Amino acid sequence: MSGPRLLQGARVLDPAQRLDAVMDLLVVDGAIARLAPAIPAPENAEVIDLSGLCLSPGFVDVHVHLREPGGEHKETIESGASAAVAGGFTSVCAMPNTDPPIDDPAAVGFVLAKGERARLARVYPVGAVSVGLEGKEMTEIGELIAAGAVAVSDDGHPVWDSGLMRRALEYTQVFDIPVFSHAEDQGLSGQGVMNEGAVSTALGLRGIPNASEDVAVARDCLIAELTGGRLHICHVSTAGSAEIIRAAKARGVRVTAEVTPHHLALTDEAVRGYRTDAKMSPPLRSASDVAAVRDALVEGVIDCIATDHAPHHYEEKEREFDDAAFGVVGLETALGVSLQEMVLGGRLDLLELVDRMASKPAQIAGLPAGSLADGANADIVVFDPEERWECRADRFCSRGRNTPFKGRELVGRVVMTLVGGRTVYDRRGERADARATVKVSEDVG
Amino acid sequence: MTATVEFGKDLTGLERLTAEQITAILDVAEPFKEISERQIKKVPALRGKTIVNLFYEPSTRTRVSFEFAEKRLSADTVNISRSGSSLQKGENLVDTARNLEAMRIDMVVIRHQSSGAAEFLAQRIPSNVINAGDGQHEHPTQALLDMLTIRDNLGSLAGRRVCIVGDILHSRVARSNIWGLLKLGAEVAVCGPPTLIPHGVGDLGVRVFKRVEEAIEWAEILNVLRLQLERMHAGYVPSLREYNRVFGISEARLEKAPRDILILHPGPMNRGVEIDSHVADGPHSVILDQVTNGVAVRMAVLYLLAGGSPDRAEAAKQEDRS
Ligand SMILES: [Zn+2]
Repeated sequence: MSGPRLLQGARVLDPAQRLDAVMDLLVVDGAIARLAPAIPAPENAEVIDLSGLCLSPGFVDVHVHLREPGGEHKETIESGASAAVAGGFTSVCAMPNTDPPIDDPAAVGFVLAKGERARLARVYPVGAVSVGLEGKEMTEIGELIAAGAVAVSDDGHPVWDSGLMRRALEYTQVFDIPVFSHAEDQGLSGQGVMNEGAVSTALGLRGIPNASEDVAVARDCLIAELTGGRLHICHVSTAGSAEIIRAAKARGVRVTAEVTPHHLALTDEAVRGYRTDAKMSPPLRSASDVAAVRDALVEGVIDCIATDHAPHHYEEKEREFDDAAFGVVGLETALGVSLQEMVLGGRLDLLELVDRMASKPAQIAGLPAGSLADGANADIVVFDPEERWECRADRFCSRGRNTPFKGRELVGRVVMTLVGGRTVYDRRGERADARATVKVSEDVG
Repeated sequence: MTATVEFGKDLTGLERLTAEQITAILDVAEPFKEISERQIKKVPALRGKTIVNLFYEPSTRTRVSFEFAEKRLSADTVNISRSGSSLQKGENLVDTARNLEAMRIDMVVIRHQSSGAAEFLAQRIPSNVINAGDGQHEHPTQALLDMLTIRDNLGSLAGRRVCIVGDILHSRVARSNIWGLLKLGAEVAVCGPPTLIPHGVGDLGVRVFKRVEEAIEWAEILNVLRLQLERMHAGYVPSLREYNRVFGISEARLEKAPRDILILHPGPMNRGVEIDSHVADGPHSVILDQVTNGVAVRMAVLYLLAGGSPDRAEAAKQEDRS
């Protein structure tokens, strides 16, 4: 076991304690031992100077696709977990639409074991709602929970049978876990490959109307209301579904929701040129939808940011738009994109952003994370909110390169990530080298 | 004069062309029409150039028209079509592109079932790429020949009222016509069953008629699209009979028009479905002119993309025919 570590002089952001102040933080035995201004360094402590940087609870992503088992050419649990910590995420919830799917306790155990072996981010399995993700027979949800699953979902597909959704929202109440819903009416989506509107018409691509999501979100909210179960709506993309969730919350329905960084940042204009890196489900929507989901995130109608990290092999994207795979990676760009759009855009302050990226998602999935309270796991992200950097997909830790932010300048970057007090990602050396280079060239000049 | 108009490497659609570029193509097509009337229908403008006609979708009509255009300009042509080639064996478009590139060809004419396929190919190979129809996106040479036909018959496109009738949702012909006609100053409308009118089409700058009678009342030109049989099976329209009853262009309907209406159809026609035979073969039908103009327009596009200068088109056809 390593000795105590004293993280000195960072601007500490902890939404759970409504804290935004320069503080020192002492980590002992992988847990937070003390948080106070000017802590004297214990004798054997490693002292890390973080002045000028932000420090917050590590980010929590309740929606990632790590592809293992079955899709190791796209991502593995280890590569996905390394992408997570590079993006400041210390806990991630892995969706069950793998091959085979995570629909039995052994599969849950496999994901957990792989995650533990990687020793990077904490990987929490999400179990399937239905056996084989087929939307027919409910899985042994109790067994999945006992094995370590933290929620259930058929994500990738909607639970199209309303009766099954009802039973899942009833039965999960025994365990007080949420059902994560990919809300989509596939009849309305049809063969659609992008948002339906003027851009799809101009490009001659089949459209997915907003109603495809709205109808399903409305149905799920009504079933949650009927049953009293805990519903979590994945990747909200439309103004209409934000409105439906707002109304459901006002009626006291137990519903939470997430939005992805790409739906906060981009419209369907990004598809022009048949850019398959802008193809995902749900699709990028119109400017008014983007404005509405931003508002909903600010107001708390949408509770948190989740990436829907969906890596693909380049061959699955390097093809005709109709035939290209749905999905984009997001773990390594989430902070830069969200901070740029929401904080620089003047909609959230940094503390609120951390709340949406760490505290709220931890609460939704019931994870021991998202707080710097005494005794909490020392799961920590250190980031520079002002660092400008170019998104270079070829430098990703993820095996997936499929990002619509390729080449774009992002603002806000992770410097260091700790899980259980242990450094799992560290760019301080690189930053020091960069500063030295700048200094030398300034001296020469 | 058109002498200063420049063309890019490819023709993937009319959306990106300027009015000057479109006009230049139509102007160049004029002198080329005469070549097809000659005893020896050949000029050496593209001698030594290799053109591949890459057809992922069957289309006798468009392929034959391109082939005539290529041969009349003395190009060497190769046809690759879906049946009996690697296209059938699941070779993807990227690999096909790389193979074509390795064979050092000069031009590719591509027809593909996916929107964006022509652009996809154009970005990956140095050869000129001409879109002969990509999914539901564009079919630029069809729109060019439609416009040339209207211009031949009515003198100019500016201010003309053109209504495209039928399955707009799935039609690349409609999209290319909309872009091209709007750029040349025409007024454009679309008309068809609401199940086959794409969402947001009004944002492109066209008006929408739900009833064909209103379209006939308004239009000077009707471009009648083919109704694919599969649309009925997919539930967009209940039956062909009903489609004919509600949207078919018949003599009885045209008689009520306040003016003579020029009738175009990109073919092949379903007589008795979207258009009645009396109209198709009637005095205001220019459907066969379209076929003739198709070869001339494609010659113009090939000539201009190969680097031919618009003001030398007249001279090009005079060159010796040996
Ligand atoms: Zn999903």
